[in-house]
Amino acid sequence: MTREEILNELKGVFSPYTTNKEALNKLSDQTDLIADLKINSANLVDIIIDAEAKYNIEIDYDSADKMLNVGSCIDVISEKLNQK
Amino acid sequence: MAKRVVVTGLGVIAPNGIGIPAFLNAIQNGISGIKFIRLYEELNMSCQVAGQPDFVWDSLQNYISEVSFHGLKGTNIAYGITAALDAWADAGLDRETVEPHWDTGCIFGNSAPDSEATKNVINKVDARESKKLGSRVVEQTMNSGVTSYISGRLGLGNKVITNSAACATGTQAILMGYEYIKYGFADRMLVGSSEYIDPYIFGTFDAMRVLSRRFNDQPEKASRPMSTTAGGFVPGSGSGALVLEELDVALARGARIYAEVLGGSSNSGGQRGGGTMTAPNPAGVMRSINEAIKNANIDPGQIDLVSGHLTATMADKLEVQNWSQALGRNGKDFPLINSVKSMIGHCLSAAGSIESVACILQIVHGFVHPNINLEDPNPDILNIIDKDCLPVKMIKKEVNIVAKANFGFGDVNSCLIFSKFNK
Repeated sequence: MTREEILNELKGVFSPYTTNKEALNKLSDQTDLIADLKINSANLVDIIIDAEAKYNIEIDYDSADKMLNVGSCIDVISEKLNQK
Repeated sequence: MAKRVVVTGLGVIAPNGIGIPAFLNAIQNGISGIKFIRLYEELNMSCQVAGQPDFVWDSLQNYISEVSFHGLKGTNIAYGITAALDAWADAGLDRETVEPHWDTGCIFGNSAPDSEATKNVINKVDARESKKLGSRVVEQTMNSGVTSYISGRLGLGNKVITNSAACATGTQAILMGYEYIKYGFADRMLVGSSEYIDPYIFGTFDAMRVLSRRFNDQPEKASRPMSTTAGGFVPGSGSGALVLEELDVALARGARIYAEVLGGSSNSGGQRGGGTMTAPNPAGVMRSINEAIKNANIDPGQIDLVSGHLTATMADKLEVQNWSQALGRNGKDFPLINSVKSMIGHCLSAAGSIESVACILQIVHGFVHPNINLEDPNPDILNIIDKDCLPVKMIKKEVNIVAKANFGFGDVNSCLIFSKFNK
């Protein structure tokens, strides 16, 4: 999977947790989940669970801690997909 | 000096009507909201009827944000949000605010958080999948979930309390809000209660053999307070909400005033003198009624209508006896008395708030709602009060003062006195 494909799919993963649809449509590697998408920090857990289910991967606590912007989310997901 | 407290907003989710217009129409016309529940037959319950509101889950999207809606599963919370926000809008208040409303608090009760939501937790934890529960479970399995959602949506910044006193919860929430305004701690309180009786809560009452079981094939006849054929209560679900305001605050903003809360009382019979975990001590009940009357500064003879607890169990007769003795009125001199439960069943913690909404509607629209399924009044009750005190059809008349009471497990009592608003 390319980084761009994952980025596009992540829009659907983030969507239920953000009311800032404008920022969601302009998603880039630099988009910050909390500062830009205004996602409640408690919901980061839900996003990780949803990503695990979507890609059938397991995201450990240390990797999850890195998932604060879109680029790092893609890094973690790509890494876990490659380990499968 | 103690302040006066008025009702300026109403909201309701009831088994026989969602929203004030539908509920008003239902109680005026004696429409039952009790239905046969196939699941309860499948689960081998003795009682297979219940009062369940025709609630459309997606309607919640008009009340809370998309993010909040996604992941909300607690039905009692959904009922509470809807009734509370409807009452808020009905009072002419704006949902959106940047600063918290420091002058406005919320007292909303429930008896138990959604046990279906709790079941999800138990299943996942037992399957060693607690990591998959997500972030939205705590807020929906904590008792204060209802008040947290309501106060957060509206930005309420005064006292926020989730009360719980079994079947007296709703009346107690209204009383607490009233007292808080009366003594000057808040200008406005959003008060009420909500209850969703899922199969697990239903089952615990079914096990006590206190539920109706002889009318499973005629659900609308199953809830029969004060009748000879009363054979247990019918569980109901829903929510009632009221906006209470200090009189001068309401007048200053030109609010429509439905009624005044004149006074009330909440106490316990201490599980002494005949009182137990499940039965009331008559001395406690009468004391609660008399204290409410005294606090309201009225004479018992002024009461036009008693809105009873009256669940359709053996306790109905004792309740009427307690009212009669506390008010010092019997026979033809007893006020009219009715039970909303004949139409909606017993909504447990939500009973007091839904039934209080009914009281206020009767004051505002000048009628006394019927007791349905009372073609055969209990002769023991007719030994205390006259048959004419038990309306079986709506009576159109001016209603100035209503006494409303609810009594709950733990031997807790709550009584409120509502009045038509007179400047």
